[in-house]
Amino acid sequence: MTTQHEWPLWEVFVRTKAGLDHKHCGSLHATDAKMALHMARDVYTRRQEGCSLWVVRSDQIVASDPGDKAMLFDPMEDKVYRHPTFYRLPGAVDHM
Amino acid sequence: MYTQAMDTQRPQAAPGRQPQVSAETVQAEQRFEARIAAGEFIEAKDPMPEHYRKTLVRQISQHAHSEVVGMLPEGNWITRAPTLKRKAILLAKIQDEAGHGLYLYAAAETLGTSRGDMTDALLDGRAKYSSIFNYPTLTWADMGTIGWLVDGAAIMNQVPLCRCSYAPYARAMVRICREESFHQRQGYEALLTMMRQGTEAQRAMVQDAVNRWWWPSIMMFGPPDEQSPNTAQSMRWGIKRISNDALRQKFIDAAVAQARELGVSFPDPGLVWNEARQQHDHGPIDWAEFWRVVGGDGPCNQERLGARRKAWEEGAWVREAALAHAAKRDALAQAA
Repeated sequence: MTTQHEWPLWEVFVRTKAGLDHKHCGSLHATDAKMALHMARDVYTRRQEGCSLWVVRSDQIVASDPGDKAMLFDPMEDKVYRHPTFYRLPGAVDHM
Repeated sequence: MYTQAMDTQRPQAAPGRQPQVSAETVQAEQRFEARIAAGEFIEAKDPMPEHYRKTLVRQISQHAHSEVVGMLPEGNWITRAPTLKRKAILLAKIQDEAGHGLYLYAAAETLGTSRGDMTDALLDGRAKYSSIFNYPTLTWADMGTIGWLVDGAAIMNQVPLCRCSYAPYARAMVRICREESFHQRQGYEALLTMMRQGTEAQRAMVQDAVNRWWWPSIMMFGPPDEQSPNTAQSMRWGIKRISNDALRQKFIDAAVAQARELGVSFPDPGLVWNEARQQHDHGPIDWAEFWRVVGGDGPCNQERLGARRKAWEEGAWVREAALAHAAKRDALAQAA
């Protein structure tokens, strides 16, 4: 009786303060972008948790498949030379 | 209230124990169990056993329903709060509860259930919510007592859920716990004001409210461990971290000192300090009452569900109109 007319799902991102990234904080249902923003304010920022909001339709997000995790991310595991700690320098200049 | 959701269902056979399970399923479950054993978090799209998913959908949705139904006993007092300050506090608390319900519905939806299905399950009586909200709120002191004891018990239950193995639920719980502390403190402070600055009649009103809410509050932790058939599986999967009886004991031990400071007593002659255990003993809990209320026969079950159904039905035209308006504007934008 209720499922056929469900409002679309939106993902909400909040910037907690100027200078920081927007961070995903949850989702909500709304009929359009304006309503999604309004509801995101009420649901996710009741205690000044943010100074800026993004909302995006959940069906517009393209995500990597958890099944591809090894293929996508494991190749970086043996590339330790991409980290500064890989390089041993004399103590006198090691703060470089 | 969340442990209740697990305990008020029949135990289900774990899929691994059913006949005719494919080798791939068994392997997938072994990989899943290994991840849990390693303390990893499970995310929405990760592979998970069907039984784990179902258990979580049931628990999270019933937790959400509890937040939503939990607004009703307090909504009763918004227009009758004694001062503007108390009215503003009560409104903020109830708005938080609506928010908590929404965080939780969103977490449950990541498991592939829909908001509509969860709403249907609540309205047609298939889904449960915490038994505590089927008791009436008779006086203003009930508002303070609910904050102190009911929200206090909820916090005791919820803090371990911040470490739940299902990450979207754990994240929602972190946010909820951060906001919930105010609920308990405002309740205790409201009672303290009546006890310290109030009249004799107001002090009696506080004691009466405590007398009525004490037993239902400690029932919120769910049945005793030996009657909680799903606990072992849920503990193994990291859905539940501490047993019903252990949480109840922790709550009682904390509440006794708070009652002393407030100057009220609990209606249990068996509630005494046990020097050997370094914990309080308590008298027998009336589990028949608990099961009666969970089963639908509490003082306010019909009224609560009736109020939810009425709100849902009377809001139908608004939901439809908002969708129609959005569709019309989309069509206009496309034509332009």
